[in-house]
Amino acid sequence: MGLEQKLGDFGFVTTKLQDMVNWGRTRAMWPLGFGLACCAIEMMATQAPNYDLSRFGMELLRASPRQADLLLVSGRLSRKMAPVLRKLYDQMPDPKWVLAMGDCASCGGVFNNYAIVQGIDEIVPVDVYVAGCPPRPEALIHGIMTLHEKVKTEVFKDYA
Amino acid sequence: MANFERFNPIPILKGLYTTFHSTFFEPVVTVQYPEEKRPVSKRFRGRHHLRRYDNGLEKCIGCALCAAACPADAIFVEASENNDDVRFSPGERYASTYEINMMRCIFCGYCEDACPTQAIELGDQYELSFTERVQAIYTRDMLLDTVDELEKATPRKVEPGAFDRSIPMMENPD
Repeated sequence: MGLEQKLGDFGFVTTKLQDMVNWGRTRAMWPLGFGLACCAIEMMATQAPNYDLSRFGMELLRASPRQADLLLVSGRLSRKMAPVLRKLYDQMPDPKWVLAMGDCASCGGVFNNYAIVQGIDEIVPVDVYVAGCPPRPEALIHGIMTLHEKVKTEVFKDYA
Repeated sequence: MANFERFNPIPILKGLYTTFHSTFFEPVVTVQYPEEKRPVSKRFRGRHHLRRYDNGLEKCIGCALCAAACPADAIFVEASENNDDVRFSPGERYASTYEINMMRCIFCGYCEDACPTQAIELGDQYELSFTERVQAIYTRDMLLDTVDELEKATPRKVEPGAFDRSIPMMENPD
């Protein structure tokens, strides 16, 4: 900010390491697609050429927790499936984020009954909730951009 | 390369031609979403909004039929009495609290069908993402349509006896 103004146009910019790290994290956030129900169809459509998540550095939407940064939970989570979700979350390396896609993953949606977990935040910490039943691919991309904005505000001393 | 004599390049070239053709000669289908938005269909059901009459009074009379029709229990309505000094709607009552939990809502449109005054309508906004659960609860002020002129705002003072019906008789503006 100050240095390049004092030195003139030297062809470089200065920034905070924290901002650069956060920027880098938003540019290549590999998702783990945890498709559980109809929202998974929209998640696949988001990956497909019409919307193309690769534009956001998310080429690999695959079911591999060890290489993933972002857990995309799309669909209703039954109580039987809940330990699996927690296990996948624990297998992901830090830093990791969770996006609850759709009403069912966010809070149970229309399935207010004993078999469905009423929101995956009972199991894992959720960063962004995307409403919609199911959300359009645009809505999912909007949720991802909301997450990017959240990641950009992270500070070093909170990196655990 | 024991199989070199049987190597046939034609199928590989055919496959490469497909890639080449689709890369350079087929139109790009990708929608550049944040900059360019695909228009929604006419029957699309997105975020709700509460409508007003032409004179600015609210259409919602707080009957809570939408809340009764909601399969996900996403709507909470609390009604209060109108009077001529503080008037929100032409009916006897108005919705003093109107909350929709967008995370519960499945955008089925049953509230639209149930509404006797066509007050609630599902719009075309679909960008609903939240970082906290509490942000998903849309209150009355967020759902109500905005007014252009100041004298059309609610609540307002009207002359006594102008609105004497419990269910308004006002025709719809459209």
